[in-house]
Amino acid sequence: MIEGRTVTICRGTGCESHRSDQLHAMMEAEVARLGLPVVVKRTGCHGLCELGPIVTVEPEGILYLRVQPKDIEDIAKSLMDGDPVKRLLYRHPVTKKQIPHYRDVDFYSKQTRLVLRHNGHIDPESIDDYFSVGGYKAFERALWEMSPEQVIAEVKDSGLRGRGGAGFLTGLKWEFTYKAPGDIKYVIANGDEGDPGAFMDRSIMEGNPHSVLEGMLIGAYAIGAQEGYIYVRNEYPLAVKRLRIAIQQAREHGLLGQNILNSGFDFDVRIVRGAGAFVCGESSALMASVEGRVGEPRPKHVHATHKGLWDQPTALNNVETLANVPIIIEQGSDWYASFGTARSKGTKVFSLVGKIKNTGLIEVPMGASLREIIYDIGGGLLKDRAFKAVQTGGPSGGCIPATLLDLPVDFERLTEAGSMMGSGGMIVMDERTCMVDFARYFVDFLKDESCGKCTACREGIKQMLGILTRITKGQGQEGDIELLEELGSVVQQTSLCGLGKSAPNPVLSTIRYFRDEYEAHIYDHKCPAGVCRELITFYIDPELCKGCTLCAQRCPQEAISGERKEVHVIDQALCIRCGVCREVCPSEAVIVQ
Amino acid sequence: MNLQRVNEIIDGYDADRVATLAILQDLQAEYKYLPREALVQTADRLSMPLSEVYRMATFFRAFSLEPKGEFTIKVCLGTACHVRGSVQIMEQFERDLEMKAGETTPDGRFSLEGVMCLGACALGPVVVVNDEIHGEMSPDKARQLALKLKAIEPERVPG
Repeated sequence: MIEGRTVTICRGTGCESHRSDQLHAMMEAEVARLGLPVVVKRTGCHGLCELGPIVTVEPEGILYLRVQPKDIEDIAKSLMDGDPVKRLLYRHPVTKKQIPHYRDVDFYSKQTRLVLRHNGHIDPESIDDYFSVGGYKAFERALWEMSPEQVIAEVKDSGLRGRGGAGFLTGLKWEFTYKAPGDIKYVIANGDEGDPGAFMDRSIMEGNPHSVLEGMLIGAYAIGAQEGYIYVRNEYPLAVKRLRIAIQQAREHGLLGQNILNSGFDFDVRIVRGAGAFVCGESSALMASVEGRVGEPRPKHVHATHKGLWDQPTALNNVETLANVPIIIEQGSDWYASFGTARSKGTKVFSLVGKIKNTGLIEVPMGASLREIIYDIGGGLLKDRAFKAVQTGGPSGGCIPATLLDLPVDFERLTEAGSMMGSGGMIVMDERTCMVDFARYFVDFLKDESCGKCTACREGIKQMLGILTRITKGQGQEGDIELLEELGSVVQQTSLCGLGKSAPNPVLSTIRYFRDEYEAHIYDHKCPAGVCRELITFYIDPELCKGCTLCAQRCPQEAISGERKEVHVIDQALCIRCGVCREVCPSEAVIVQ
Repeated sequence: MNLQRVNEIIDGYDADRVATLAILQDLQAEYKYLPREALVQTADRLSMPLSEVYRMATFFRAFSLEPKGEFTIKVCLGTACHVRGSVQIMEQFERDLEMKAGETTPDGRFSLEGVMCLGACALGPVVVVNDEIHGEMSPDKARQLALKLKAIEPERVPG
């Protein structure tokens, strides 16, 4: 009964920060100690990061969550007697029933995992594992059975659009590059993933690096490129490591380098690490930094598909886009196009973060509604608070309010609502999120990341930040909102690159849906969400306070007084509204007004 | 300053200008910052104006022109962490370590900086101390962490 069992340990960044590497070593040691004929395998990110470290037992598909070192012995024992370790099982939040198999857990069962289908099953550091699930068969099919034109046609017919944010038809981009004159061409995988709150590409690079290489190989074959680059942001060392191993393995198996599989086709790949500049996610800035220059975007009246890296025709695609390609070649464009909506085909991986219960990565068909994503899969809001808005598209996107929860998520619908798809980050907010502060946050981020070339972007964003900061400090003036709208419009129209063009989006979309909140800050000097420091006070509710003294002990300003078992009071003159008291109070007695 | 290591790094890329970014990254990893002498040497060997090298060194956030402290504390200021209260966490560190974000303490013990999204959003708010990730942080936990770090005996840093 025990033969043929595999224990998988998630070794993605999330679980690793909870020392899943230690769990892995301990599991191997325990299995060896007991002499069990069980394989212990590392896998990439499942996506259910909130409940990691994640361990599964195959082939049954038992899911163990929040595994600790002290649980290893019991898991090993359960392998012998076949009785799952109950305390580690997923518990349904409403029925409270334990659900042993991940296929029955809503988080997994309601997803459509295409790109992420092998995450959590294969060892990302093993090319043999990738082969065992049909890896590189799509590339071989393209290489031996299809012409470059046919590959391009297949990708075009699938309707695949860029997953990095712009949503340009991938097949069309490849066609332009293929048709561009010149013998030297490049394929680039954009793994810069700079949107704060997004980690889809990270999980793909860490969890299934070969899928990216395979996508690049197919692309290179289609357009006629001999060299490729994978640009990985600096903050992803594990992704860099796993890609390096994958490249080495691919070379050893004749899948990269000269005369691949004796076909006469040459292609090799190099990794370039980013150095902490958000703007380098923009394609022309990325290419500049690969060329050894500062990451400043250039005007794109001449497209990169014609003159890109070193002025040669270049096809630059997002990592997730490339990971979709082998699926399309393997299953066919018709099959792929059966997922999604009329103009947004396939699936999309989203990072669901913020005030949500099941924080992590999910993959759904284009057209799934926000309600399904946030409630059915995401499990709803933390502490069951009321949903206020969800930000999509990162700093380039906008917020979508509760009235639009049934909006189907696709490129066009999100843009109509004043946001955009972006790379896939979805930040869920509740009533304790201040929309003005939120807009200010994004503008502050963009001010630092602007390369500085365009006056409108450089100066405009700075001015918008100034106005937003004043508003959050209770110094807003009549006309500020209108000024923000005007500035926003100018920055949008006169910036050279996507960063500037989309910078006003968070501001304009919050004004569109939450104008009353701006007005409350400006005219009433109130922050309804209880966030903006100068506009709130912390107050201990005497009905709820039990006098445990915890807040007084932890207050950094020693601003709270009170005897044990007596109601405590905050001295407003000393209070700096840091939030520590509210955080530590076990009775939720600290109220923000 | 002994430039041998600098030259070795540059030679590793055949002193090719195209590899400027990679060279600076390796120098940063080696010295934990970009010493002026290393930048001068790089400009010299790659036949680039020093101002160009300086431009690269100051454009990218990964580089520092000043030595980092014994403990480099990075507070993730990404959107997900922001929504979960990273601002209050940063301020708590600033209070407890008596410094401002972006600085290094005069005794070289602590560097505090904000970083834009480490991609570990499910663990937010996230703080990284010298490559060690601390997830699910809060202002109070930040305070406890700062006090703990302050209590650690200073190391004799060589050189």
